Amino acid sequence: MDIAAYDPLNETPYQILDAQGKVILDHWEQSLSDSELIEAFKNMLFVRQFDTMAISYQRQGRMYTYPPNLGQEALSVASGSVLQKTDWMVPSVREMGAWYMKGVSLKELFLYYRGHEIAQRFEQANRIMPITVPIASQIPHAAGVGYGIKFHGEKAVVLTFIGDGGTSEGDFHEALNFAAVWKVPLITVIQNNHYAISLPVHKQTASKTLAAKSLSYGMPGIRVDGNDYIAMHEVLSGSIDYARQGNGPVLIEALTYRRGAHTTSDDPKKYRTQEEEQEWEPKDPVNRLRSFLVHKNIWNPDEEAELIEGYRKEIDTQFLEAEQYPPHSLDDVFAYMFSELPPELEAQKQEYQDYLNATAQEPQK
Amino acid sequence: MKNMTMVQAINNALEIVLTENEKVVLYGEDVGVEGGVFRVSAGLQEKFGEKRVFDSPLAESGIAGTAVGMAATGLKPIIEMQFSGFSYHAFHQIINQVSRIRNRSRGRHTAPIVIRMPYGGGIKAPEHHSESMEVLYAAIPGLKVVIPSTPHDAKGLLIDAVRGEDPVVFMEPKRLYRSVKQEIQEEEYSIPIGKASVVQEGSDITLISYGASMKEARKASDTAQKKGISVELIDIRSIYPLDRSTIGESVRKTGRVLVVHEGPESYGPGAEVLTTVIDEAFLYLEAPPRRLSGFDTIAPYPQGEEWYIHTPERIVYELQRLVEY
Ligand SMILES: Cc1ncc(C[n+]2csc(CCOP(=O)(O)OP(=O)(O)O)c2C)c(N)n1
Ligand SMILES: [Mg+2]
Repeated sequence: MDIAAYDPLNETPYQILDAQGKVILDHWEQSLSDSELIEAFKNMLFVRQFDTMAISYQRQGRMYTYPPNLGQEALSVASGSVLQKTDWMVPSVREMGAWYMKGVSLKELFLYYRGHEIAQRFEQANRIMPITVPIASQIPHAAGVGYGIKFHGEKAVVLTFIGDGGTSEGDFHEALNFAAVWKVPLITVIQNNHYAISLPVHKQTASKTLAAKSLSYGMPGIRVDGNDYIAMHEVLSGSIDYARQGNGPVLIEALTYRRGAHTTSDDPKKYRTQEEEQEWEPKDPVNRLRSFLVHKNIWNPDEEAELIEGYRKEIDTQFLEAEQYPPHSLDDVFAYMFSELPPELEAQKQEYQDYLNATAQEPQK
Repeated sequence: MKNMTMVQAINNALEIVLTENEKVVLYGEDVGVEGGVFRVSAGLQEKFGEKRVFDSPLAESGIAGTAVGMAATGLKPIIEMQFSGFSYHAFHQIINQVSRIRNRSRGRHTAPIVIRMPYGGGIKAPEHHSESMEVLYAAIPGLKVVIPSTPHDAKGLLIDAVRGEDPVVFMEPKRLYRSVKQEIQEEEYSIPIGKASVVQEGSDITLISYGASMKEARKASDTAQKKGISVELIDIRSIYPLDRSTIGESVRKTGRVLVVHEGPESYGPGAEVLTTVIDEAFLYLEAPPRRLSGFDTIAPYPQGEEWYIHTPERIVYELQRLVEY
């Protein structure tokens, strides 16, 4: 796909599958093999299980605040699948599938949402930055990673994410400008899930599309149906090819819908209607890909229950591992502030330890 | 009189200032329709309309910067930073603009903006949602910094902040948003910024704190009292300007002082308070003036929080050591 040929102002997203999972294009050559599609579908199912289980662990008081991913799985799984080992990922906060496919373990994710700082070592994942909570602050990092890739003469690309709300922050604009001026291999995926907590996207921007922001910085931009796995995959692949060939950055606006709450402490009833939520149900990415696979006779939905059962066991095992992980210690609070503890911190830690000892509380490791 | 939480008291104060001054506008992320993520501005958009109470795009620098311009036209903006940890996106506007407009224009223009932000730990939230970096704002020439610890004070101080002619950073201890209720007057009243509150008089030692830590400080003071230590408990309420005379007067009486706060120790508000003690009461001291604060680390994620926020037991322990010194 020639990504530079698309008009970022076009409000109709690039789309392959309709809500029933039928191909809408007259001439379309299947861009992914059957087995790749089945693999993708399984990954989406897996991510959905993880997500729903995370919410229930939170409800049981076994995890802290968690941002549901429900309804946004196609775009994160597609993002995870297009990257090579040498490519970089710079995360936002709501594309868990992509992190998982980059090598972040479920145990680490659970530790993160259990408030344990060890989580973000992402021990088995390479070339991924930690999650950064202040909105949009990761996009300049991604542009810098792109500069580094070029500097080192690598053929790699860097993929980063941001929400529709995040596109209002200065960091987003500064970073896109840098990326385009420096012509770095950066693909920025805007997850337009239509809300930034309570604020609908039409109050976030007066622009017709978010892809349009690419025009001002001089890079290709495209709006894609982010709930259509195949379209999403094609657009990502096309963008990565473009960037990998040294043409510079690309901006992708992926249309999706946050079907759940903003986080487990949010109640969407305060700011949106149930009718609206129901309108998005049929456009759900999992159902759409399933319908496509079933039409093609390459998927038997009767087998899903067993598959899901297995996923749930695996997820629960990882959760229990996270739960049994040694708790955060006093040492952990200090250990990573500097390469070596300065005297101030040494003294503060010692003083606290002395207090614990003096009052005969458990000494800490 | 009505029993209110701090959230309700602040909401009530906002309603009063929106009513009494039609130039007041209130905006920020999720402030309008949702009424704020902590529900502090709940119902105010319904009551005052979208022109005066509204949601902004997600951009803290934009929020603070537009407030400067609005103020130039005579409006009185009250802006919200969703969490103090996200206010740094607006830092250059606050340090270079909000605090300097009066001086730069030699008094011709002013930017008497009230910047509200929840701060502090104790709610088991993710990174950046728990920190206490009031010292950053207190160090900026041209800003007042206020941190209440009770519903009554929150209301009175906020009303004073909005009526005043200077920019005020108004930090709200989110840990205390709903944990205490207090009978307060529903009608308007104000508490002047810059006056500390002597919460309890005592003669053995002065315990100084503010905001979120007042919860532990109060408990500690009660426990110490039962152990026979007479504690004078002071809530400074205003980080800048600091009520130096009340601090001095108290320590001249007790001869001992412990200051407790949540943020990092080095160059923290504790240092300023203790310098004041040295200036005002050096010759009266019977024990080294002491601070108990957070570590020079990030505010740890929930699992590390228990090491970071001081318990009443720890405060009592330090009080005892100082009294026995
Ligand atoms: C700088 C900053 N301001 C505010 C917040 C609080 N906050 C967390 S998520 C969010 C909304 C984000 O919306 P969007 O970018 O659309 O991403 P989504 O949550 O929809 O995935 C806000 C305001 C933050 N994390 N960082
Ligand atoms: Mg969004």
